[in-house]
Amino acid sequence: MKPLKDSKRALLKSHLLSVEDLSIPEIDILLNKANFYADANKQRGKLEKTLKGSTVITLFFETSTRTKTSFELAAKRLGADSIGINASASAIKKGETLIDTAMTLNAMHADILIVRHPDSGAVKLLSEKVNCAIINAGDGTHEHPTQALLDALTIKRNKKNIKGLNIAICGDVLHSRVARSNILLLSKLGARIRIIAPPTLIPKGIENLGVEIFNNMEKGLVDCDIVMMLRLQTERMKGLYVPSTREYFKFYGLNYEKLRNAKKDALIMHPGPMNRGIEIDSSLADNLDRSVIHQQVEIGVAVRMACLEMLTVGIDK
Amino acid sequence: MKDAYINAKILDPKKNKEFIGDIIVEKDKIIDVGPNVYKKDKPKSYTNVHDCKNLFISPGLLDIRVSLGEPGSEHKESIKSGCKAAFAGGVTTVVCLPNTDPVIDNVSVAEYIQKRAKEVSKINLYTYGSLTKNFDGKNLCEMGLLSKAGVKGFTDATKSIENSAVLKRALEYSKAFDSLIIQFPEDKNLASDGVMNEGEISTRLGLAGIPSIAEVITIERDLRLVEATGAKYHVSCVSTAESVEVIRNAKKKGLKVTCDTSPQYFTLNEMAIEDYRTFVKISPPLRSEKDRVAIVNGLKDGTIDAIQSDHSPQDEDNKRLPFNHAEKGIIGLETLLPLSLELYHNKSLSLLDVIKKLTKNPADILNLEHGTLSKGSKADLLIFDPNKPFVIDVKKFKSKSKNSPFDKKPSQGKVIKTICSGEVSYAA
Repeated sequence: MKPLKDSKRALLKSHLLSVEDLSIPEIDILLNKANFYADANKQRGKLEKTLKGSTVITLFFETSTRTKTSFELAAKRLGADSIGINASASAIKKGETLIDTAMTLNAMHADILIVRHPDSGAVKLLSEKVNCAIINAGDGTHEHPTQALLDALTIKRNKKNIKGLNIAICGDVLHSRVARSNILLLSKLGARIRIIAPPTLIPKGIENLGVEIFNNMEKGLVDCDIVMMLRLQTERMKGLYVPSTREYFKFYGLNYEKLRNAKKDALIMHPGPMNRGIEIDSSLADNLDRSVIHQQVEIGVAVRMACLEMLTVGIDK
Repeated sequence: MKDAYINAKILDPKKNKEFIGDIIVEKDKIIDVGPNVYKKDKPKSYTNVHDCKNLFISPGLLDIRVSLGEPGSEHKESIKSGCKAAFAGGVTTVVCLPNTDPVIDNVSVAEYIQKRAKEVSKINLYTYGSLTKNFDGKNLCEMGLLSKAGVKGFTDATKSIENSAVLKRALEYSKAFDSLIIQFPEDKNLASDGVMNEGEISTRLGLAGIPSIAEVITIERDLRLVEATGAKYHVSCVSTAESVEVIRNAKKKGLKVTCDTSPQYFTLNEMAIEDYRTFVKISPPLRSEKDRVAIVNGLKDGTIDAIQSDHSPQDEDNKRLPFNHAEKGIIGLETLLPLSLELYHNKSLSLLDVIKKLTKNPADILNLEHGTLSKGSKADLLIFDPNKPFVIDVKKFKSKSKNSPFDKKPSQGKVIKTICSGEVSYAA
């Protein structure tokens, strides 16, 4: 990436819509900044309020607890005024189109809009119609870039280097935007990605994204450094992808026994919320020696602070 | 009262000939055609003499898959605006799908549309009837009565006929009236809630995919029924390599099967969706490059008989939505000729063969008297320059809707004049 000479902005783009758009230097800048905030967050009250006077709006067309809270907290820590709109209950239900919503928000002069939407591509559509920066907080089954960035930083902080790691992404890849963003990001950063899932939950053509596919979890976990579990998205299930959750847990649920196939120091990750007893054994999820699930949440705030700052610095008010 | 079109390069698809000559039109009929026929009579005896040097004349085009919004969605396209768009595209015969509101599933709706068309335009407008009442997929329409009222074939438009027993009965029954059954092949369960072709691109975009086998599986089942019943059967909008292959074999076997495709399936592939461009959301979806090439080959070897535009007007509000919710379809009447001519320019087909797929072949499939330049036939002519470069501009379109992904596309091949029933209906 070549930084613009007359601008202090770190990102060439005015939005953060997908990992696919991000260059490696941009990713490095974001992760370094986020790493700084991850340390700084432990010493309260010493942060520079770089977003003072800015308005951040979270616009969620899907229910969310952790992502929404994480973004709002990130905005507040940097001194921004943040407002949350729960759009699943608002104007959309009254038939307002996405573009009308964009126009309304435009008139309110927000600086950053953080959007989650159940349809793939909807956040991109919105970004074409507003004149503020947009962060994609998850669109349909397309992408969830900040989740992938926080996963990358969590891995980096625990394993030093991402390059050369064997990372297994296990479970409902078909319906997972987290999986897509992680495959793109972690392979850009040099990791070897494997997908472990029943054939019905593997999207067509995913091998062209440079991943190795396993239908057998025991075999797939051999030599893995990171085991990333995905939630079995029962609410997105239309038709029969797996016969029962009981059978799913038996073959694709992570437990101590299956984990033995991975490297001894392999770490477990999960984007949450977890279905205990469906994709992950409950006690394993709580084992702090193996599971970095809580770290992921903590680092999530730092990553979102970095994203917010990088999209606003250098913009003349 | 004679008009002469002279010195033209004449493309006669019926006689399979291309020659320089003249066409003499009296009232609404072609009374003579051939080299130097203009000189048979004194110059004074002609009302108008059009010198068509360096231009081509073919029969006016037929478009056998057009959705008009009247009755029901006149804000998207009325019969009047649709006919104007057709003339601007060099089309003099339009066959409309029954997907109006109300559906063309009874004689009165069919007659109403024909009557309306006569009031507003000189165009040759025909309609299909729905195969089942209100597209319910269960109860057959009155094929006999509808055929008598001028309906040219039976189809559930954009819905596949799923029920094998219904299709079997329809094929059997159609033989009594020599009617054509037209299938839009897509297995509903396999297509499910898919919005584009299933594959790497759908995976990258996170959009639900329609597997390409959803098309061929329906065609293969249908061909068994065609074989068993001996009825006439036509497949609309062929879009996959497998479908072409299966139809090619069925033709070799001697089954009475014909098929068509649209320019979008040989000029675009799924990559055109780029970042969720809803203007290329169509049904069947744009397929892979391998499929696109197979469609071109199917056109080359004659497996695919005809090209239609699948003109599907949609207003902006129905397209400016997230991809999942946007309506399907693109308008095609005014881009049918230049896009089809790409096959000529890239040397896939001869000019005469392209014109055949837009005139004689569709006319033969539906048993229409159009698509010919023979003496005594109706004077429906297209005067065009296949080499003239221009940029497609939807703002200039006569169609009420502007949903074309081909806007701003540099193209080659322009309609100069459209003559319908001996009258100039459009002049560039």
